[in-house]
Amino acid sequence: MHESPRLDATLAALVDPTRRAILARLAKGETTINELAAPFPISQPAISRHIRVLEQAGLIQRRVDGTRRPCRLTPGALDELDSYLAMLRKGMERSYERLDQLLARMPPGKDKP
Amino acid sequence: MSKLTLQREGDTGVVITRRFAAPPADVFRAHTEPALLQQWCLGPDGWTMPACICDARPGGKIRYEWRNASGAGFHLTGEFIEVLAPHRIVHVERMHLPDPTPDNRVETTFTADGSGTLMVMRMALPDHATREAMLATGMADGMEVGYARLDRCWSK
Repeated sequence: MHESPRLDATLAALVDPTRRAILARLAKGETTINELAAPFPISQPAISRHIRVLEQAGLIQRRVDGTRRPCRLTPGALDELDSYLAMLRKGMERSYERLDQLLARMPPGKDKP
Repeated sequence: MSKLTLQREGDTGVVITRRFAAPPADVFRAHTEPALLQQWCLGPDGWTMPACICDARPGGKIRYEWRNASGAGFHLTGEFIEVLAPHRIVHVERMHLPDPTPDNRVETTFTADGSGTLMVMRMALPDHATREAMLATGMADGMEVGYARLDRCWSK
């Protein structure tokens, strides 16, 4: 297995529910910070801090469009996470395979507590 | 046995199902007795659960600690809300990364299915946006939400 600082940054960024909600909004398309902040009961500076964390993790990008600075998801930014999660999915299935084997070894159970 | 399935339910839910070739009583025990959990609830090969608290009664505590050979680890805590052996468990859980993730409310049922058991886990995420974000990033895979916290030290 390899060291993966980018994955560390991705997971650290995703651990916050507001940041996940921001990503969910951006998954629908590019938008401005004002529009992003609207649905959240927190201040725009707080949203801007979340945006900065996501930007530093490489998950989103901002561009200049006249006076606007719209945000968008970085294409491919979640690829590494996807492959990590595929590995985790195998981990969950591995747990259940172990449980299958454990159940096969258990003496016959009664369906009463 | 069957592969697990995973789908959205309502605005904030995720449902996971899987079948087991044992009656509900055995599957229930495997999900509530520490000595059994420590044998299977380990995720990928190479991990162990050196500490397991599973006080399966309403209000009872849950604490699972996982470690790998190189010393990396993480833990999960939770509390039981309802425990109706051998058919139904409701609990809340959160992973520690070390910061706790939002509480995930999980309802697990074990229903007789021929000579085996159908397990259905319903997970209630805090809100629609969180659920969608998790699905969008592949993170809503129920228990994998847990495993996703597994470790930033996976590779260290």
